[in-house]
Amino acid sequence: MQPIRVLSANWGKPDSMLISTYVDGGGYEALKKALAMTPEQVIQEVKDSEMRGRGGAGFPTGMKWSFVPKNAPKPTYLLCNADESEPGTFKDRQIMEKDPHMLIEGMIISGYAIASSPMSYIYIRGEFYYAFTVLEKALAEAREKGFLGKNILGSGFDFDITVHRGAGAYICGEETGLIESLEGKRGQPRVKPPFPAVVGVFGGPTVVNNVETLACVPLILKNGAAWFKGFGVPKNTGPKLYCVSGHVRKPGVYEFPMDISLKELIYEHCGGIPEDRKLKAVIPGGASAPMLTADEIDLPLTFDAVMKAGSMLGSAGVIVIDESACIVDSVWRLSKFFAHESCGQCTPCREGTNWMESVLDRIERGEGREHDHDLLMDMSENIGGKSLCALGDAAIGPVISSIKKFRAEYEYHFTHKTCLPGTRRYRRLGMAAVH
Amino acid sequence: MADLHPDNPYARDRFADPATQLTFPPEAQEKFEWILSRYPTKMAALLPTLHLAQETWGWISPEVVLYLSELLELSPATVFGVVSFYNMYNQKPVGKYFLQVCTNLSCMLRDSYQIYDHLQEKLSLEPGATTSDGKFTIMEVECLGSCDTAPVVQINNDYHEQMTIESLDQLLDGLK
Repeated sequence: MQPIRVLSANWGKPDSMLISTYVDGGGYEALKKALAMTPEQVIQEVKDSEMRGRGGAGFPTGMKWSFVPKNAPKPTYLLCNADESEPGTFKDRQIMEKDPHMLIEGMIISGYAIASSPMSYIYIRGEFYYAFTVLEKALAEAREKGFLGKNILGSGFDFDITVHRGAGAYICGEETGLIESLEGKRGQPRVKPPFPAVVGVFGGPTVVNNVETLACVPLILKNGAAWFKGFGVPKNTGPKLYCVSGHVRKPGVYEFPMDISLKELIYEHCGGIPEDRKLKAVIPGGASAPMLTADEIDLPLTFDAVMKAGSMLGSAGVIVIDESACIVDSVWRLSKFFAHESCGQCTPCREGTNWMESVLDRIERGEGREHDHDLLMDMSENIGGKSLCALGDAAIGPVISSIKKFRAEYEYHFTHKTCLPGTRRYRRLGMAAVH
Repeated sequence: MADLHPDNPYARDRFADPATQLTFPPEAQEKFEWILSRYPTKMAALLPTLHLAQETWGWISPEVVLYLSELLELSPATVFGVVSFYNMYNQKPVGKYFLQVCTNLSCMLRDSYQIYDHLQEKLSLEPGATTSDGKFTIMEVECLGSCDTAPVVQINNDYHEQMTIESLDQLLDGLK
C-alpha cells in the first residue's frame, strides 16, 4: 500500500502554516460550501462519511454531533481536544504546527453544524508552546480574512476560537476532565451521565472532538462523504495518521487509508527494526492499548480489526519494542506513567496504579515474589471498570497483556533475580521513582 | 499559620508574606483583561492567568496565589488546589534553563535515561533541584508528544530532539 497525502498534503511546503498556502491548495472552499448548506445537511454528510473520532474511542463523529439537543437553554460549545498526551502519539501536534488552518476550517464548519456559541476553544496541552504560537498567528490571519468573527462570509453565523493552554495533566485529555480544566478547575473527570452533549462546559451542551477528527471535516465537505469512504473499509473509513516510535529505523507520522497492515507499516514503511533484531511486542494505539506479540501483527489497523485482536487502535500511536528490551521494565515505565497521571479521585485507580508500579519495580529489581504476576492480575481486576473514567482501564491494559503474553519472562525474574539474557533494562536501578 | 509544625518544609513556603503586594505590570494587565474577555466565567480564566503570572514572576509563589485569588474572586485554597494539580506551575523558583527530560516508553527505548543520568551527573543535581548559580533545573517528565524524535529534552518552551550525550553537552555549553 502506498502512503497518501491528504491530511498531510501541505506538510512538505515551506510556508505550510500560512493562510496563503492553505487557500492556494483549495482551503476554506469547504467552509463556503458548508455555509450554503443547512446545519442538518452538514451533519448528515459527516454521518454518511462514517468517520469515527480520531482521539481514541473511535465514536462516530456525525452521531456525536446529532446528540446535541436543539433548544437547550444554555449555549452549545464546540471544544477541540488538542491535549495529545497519550504516550506514543504525536499526530495532532503535526497538524497544528504544519497546517493549522485545516483545523481552524474544520472547527468553523463543525461549529456551524452544531449551532455553537460564538466562542469555542482549542484545549492544547501546555507543553506544545510552539504549536500554540502557530495557532495564535493562524487565528489572527483567519480573523483578518473574515473566516472568524461576526457574520462569517455573510452567512449570519458568528464564531471565534480561543486557544486554551493546559498545564501538564494527561487526564485533561479525557473529555470531562478537559471540560473541568477549561472551567478553571482541577481536571478531574465527571460522573456520566449527564454526558457532555447534554451538560458540558459552562453548563451547556458540549461537543469535544480531536484535532485530527476536526481536520478531516473540511475534506469530507469539500470532496463528499463517498470520496472519504473510498479510503479504508466500511465503518473504518478515511485517511488516517499513524504515529510510529520506539524500535524502528524510521519513526514518524505516516498517512495511509485506514486499513494499512501493522506488519507492512513497521517493516516496509518504517524500515523495520534496527540491526534486524526480532520484534517482541507492539503497542498499536498509545500506552493505553494492550500489547500485541510478533505473531499478531498481520492485521489491518482499523478500529474493528485491532479490537478483535484484543487491543485497540486508540490514538494510532504505534510503539515498537524489540527483543532487546526487558518487557517488565517497559511495562513498569507505562505503569509509572499511569500512577503519575491518575487524578486521585477514585480509590481503585489512585491506589491501584501506584501499587502496580511498585510491584513491577520490585520484580524488575529481582525482589519479586513468586506470585507477583497473579497479584498484578488480581489488582487489575479490582481497578478495571471501577473508576469514573478510562484511565484505570488504560493502566491495566499493558500489565494484563504482558503477563498473559510474556509470562515466562516474568517468571524468569522470580527465579533468576535478573532480566532474561539478551534483554536489557534502560534505567539504573539506584534511582528512586519520582512522582 | 499556626497549624503547621515549624519543621514542616512547607510551613514557610505555603503562606504569603502579607507585606508583599503584587500587581501585574501594564503589559501583563492588558493580556489579563483580554483573557477575561474570552470566557463566560472568571474562574475559567484561572489556568491562562496562572501561565501569565508564571511568565511574569517565574513561579507561582504564595503571594501569586493570593493575588490571583483576589483578581478572580476565588478562595486561595481553590487557586492552590489548581496550582498543585498541574505539573507545569512551578511551586518553587526554577533555574533560568529548565531542562525537562522525557523518559516515557518511546524515549526510554531510545536511551533517554542515559541522557537524564548524564545531566544529573554533569550538573551534580538532584531531580527538581536548581544549580547554585540559578542557571539550571532538571526534571524527569512524562511523554512530550514528540516520540518520533526521541529522546527529547524540553528547555523552557523549546523542544530539543534526537538528543545524544554529545549534542546535549554542546547545547549546554551554548546556554549562558
